[in-house]
Amino acid sequence: MSKSATFERGIHPDDSKELTAHKPVETAPLPARVIIPMSQHAGAPAKAEVAIGDTVKKYQLIGSPQGFVSAPVHASISGKVTAIAEFPHPSGRLIPSIVIESDGLDEALPLKDNADYLNLGADQIKALVKDAGIVGLGGAAFPTNVKLSPPKEKPIDTIIINGAECEPYLTADHRLMVEKPQEIVNGLKLLMKAVGVNKGYIGIEKNKPDAIEIMRKIVSGEPNIEVTALTVKYPQGAEKMLIKAIKGREIPSRGLPMDVGCVVQNVGTALAVYEAVRYGKPLVERVVTVTGNGVREPKNILARIGTRISELIELSGGLVEGAVKVIAGGPMMGFAQWSLDVPVVKGTSGLLVLTEKEYVSSDEYFACIRCGSCVDVCPIGLNPSMLSILSEKGHYEEAKDYNLFDCFECGSCAFVCPAKRPMVQFMRLAKSQVKP
Amino acid sequence: MSTDAKTHPLVVSVSPHVRGGESIAKIMWTVNFALLPAFIMSVYYFGPRAVYVTALCILTAVFSEHIFQKALDRKVTSTDGSAFLTGLLLGMNLPPAVPFYIPIVGSFVAIVITKTLFGGLGYNIFNPALIGRAFLLITWPKLMTKWAMPTAHFIEMDAKTTATPLGILKEEGLAKLIEHFGDKASLYKSLLFGSTAGSLGETSAIALLIGAAILLYKKYITWHTPLSFLGTVALIAWIFGGKGALFTGDPVIHLLSGGLILGAFFMATDYVTCPTVRKGQIIFGIGCGAITMLIRLKGGFPEGVMFAILLMNCFAPLIDRGVKPKQFGAVKKEAKK
Repeated sequence: MSKSATFERGIHPDDSKELTAHKPVETAPLPARVIIPMSQHAGAPAKAEVAIGDTVKKYQLIGSPQGFVSAPVHASISGKVTAIAEFPHPSGRLIPSIVIESDGLDEALPLKDNADYLNLGADQIKALVKDAGIVGLGGAAFPTNVKLSPPKEKPIDTIIINGAECEPYLTADHRLMVEKPQEIVNGLKLLMKAVGVNKGYIGIEKNKPDAIEIMRKIVSGEPNIEVTALTVKYPQGAEKMLIKAIKGREIPSRGLPMDVGCVVQNVGTALAVYEAVRYGKPLVERVVTVTGNGVREPKNILARIGTRISELIELSGGLVEGAVKVIAGGPMMGFAQWSLDVPVVKGTSGLLVLTEKEYVSSDEYFACIRCGSCVDVCPIGLNPSMLSILSEKGHYEEAKDYNLFDCFECGSCAFVCPAKRPMVQFMRLAKSQVKP
Repeated sequence: MSTDAKTHPLVVSVSPHVRGGESIAKIMWTVNFALLPAFIMSVYYFGPRAVYVTALCILTAVFSEHIFQKALDRKVTSTDGSAFLTGLLLGMNLPPAVPFYIPIVGSFVAIVITKTLFGGLGYNIFNPALIGRAFLLITWPKLMTKWAMPTAHFIEMDAKTTATPLGILKEEGLAKLIEHFGDKASLYKSLLFGSTAGSLGETSAIALLIGAAILLYKKYITWHTPLSFLGTVALIAWIFGGKGALFTGDPVIHLLSGGLILGAFFMATDYVTCPTVRKGQIIFGIGCGAITMLIRLKGGFPEGVMFAILLMNCFAPLIDRGVKPKQFGAVKKEAKK
């Protein structure tokens, strides 16, 4: 593993993955109750297809997609619908959700094994992916079916499976690659077929040597699939950085992967695609890394969508004294939670609990001393120092001249800032005040 | 010990939720530390006067920042090492024999007028220590150009005064300067170790370079500003520095003398007053070098580093607007309607 691909700039936070990297995925017990939001994806929320009092089975469709960029939602347990109302969501907002009380039976709609699944046509694969409600499981939760259907003028030649998992602490993708490598590769093959390309890559950061080794073994007989070892650097797993590292192509400013002939899908998404196409299994569960020094027993848990995060924290031994912050996602881009009653959603890659010791206050910050550290690390080549000053002064229009909207809020600038400035906050503020 | 999640108040804040270990205070105190070798050399050559002058500068800087921040109802940051650094740098830029009011007035001008009244660290346009020195030079030109002979071994300095190497070079020429030190090798050696007349902390090139190496290693400064500054000085000195013919100048004398090493590594690199973008820092450094040599060769002063940096400070915001970092996925701008 001498060769390693990467992008320019970026940062090197402690990866803190040793807490859970070698812990096999445990399956959470059946929850007594799930809260399933109608919006767990980018795009239009789904419309509830059940009423209070209905009994539902696992895998049953309970929310139908509204429009092209949307996704269906399925029941993750069997039981009775007891409420349809707005509930807290990991995004921090209140989102219309369906509450199902378990009947304890976990009765599921039957799944069929289609042994000939690798010979399905592109349209059949896309339809199965769409019906299963699959969205990007890396966190952004963009409907997978939409990514697989680029417009004709954007020819695609490459599918990349994102196994970088560059967020510190998270190990859900790592464990999947070690425990279900064949399934992930089969998912990749299906994705390649769906888009009609014959080149696939699996990009993995070098801090997961076991995953790289096992994946290389699995694809050794596959001339069209390559495993690329990536430099351990944040944000290596961002689509722009990943494509640059593996294909050397730069997505143009304000563009998408399809502008450079690429489709990127997360490791967990590839697995979900495999299960959906082969068995017709809807997306009703996912692996969540529950970690940080704020929980007694960090672990990787396979949890039903809709399980309250407090239950996963209890499964991980509960909070320790001095736990102060619970984050859905990773420490760099995750969302701090105000309630532990929020459910696991399709995009919940991890739950990170930080203690007082690790907690960094962003209440007190100083004027920008223009040291240039942020300029040196910004993966997009922005001048975050200038952008933060413009935003702070309310010169939002001018910020656009400094490519404000190319910022994808990775937080590298805030990580290195010696004046402890809330850089991501400044970017979001400016973005909210002007039209792109 | 409760494990009931509901009883725990949770902190909600914007991402990222982890941060690197850098802070303004850590950077500033490291720069102060990096100046320690040069300070020790100044005490070695100029005796207790060096401690007296530098201490007055530092004390005035820290106290006046503290008092004015309190009075203006601002956040008090006088212990973050930045006022200390301004005082230390001003001290190193003063002649050894100045009377007590010189460090006090200079430090006050540097901290209060140049920094605090502009809004404090981050908002000042000019390098505070250099404005302090410029004010003193213009107000008390005689006192500010009275150079004491360095002695050695931490004893009280010689009362005899002399010209600085750049002063001799300007007034009497290279041959006279070499004669003054015996031969060329002894001249270089004196410049390297600092046994020449000059400001307290600027004379020992080696001590300053040790400090610069610390800052480069810690990545608190990068090569861009100092190297382009020094390179431009060397190039112009070589081309135009000779008597008569082009390409006969001695770049080494120009590199090692005056406040160039101190200025290039510790003052031109001041974050707040130099450009943020590395490419812009190269332009900044070249500008500093060119103005320094213009003053040294054609101006009325033997030394030009201070005015060069101050003049380029004016251009730093402009450079930052014009020079952008290499943008990922840059696309040609569509023609405006």
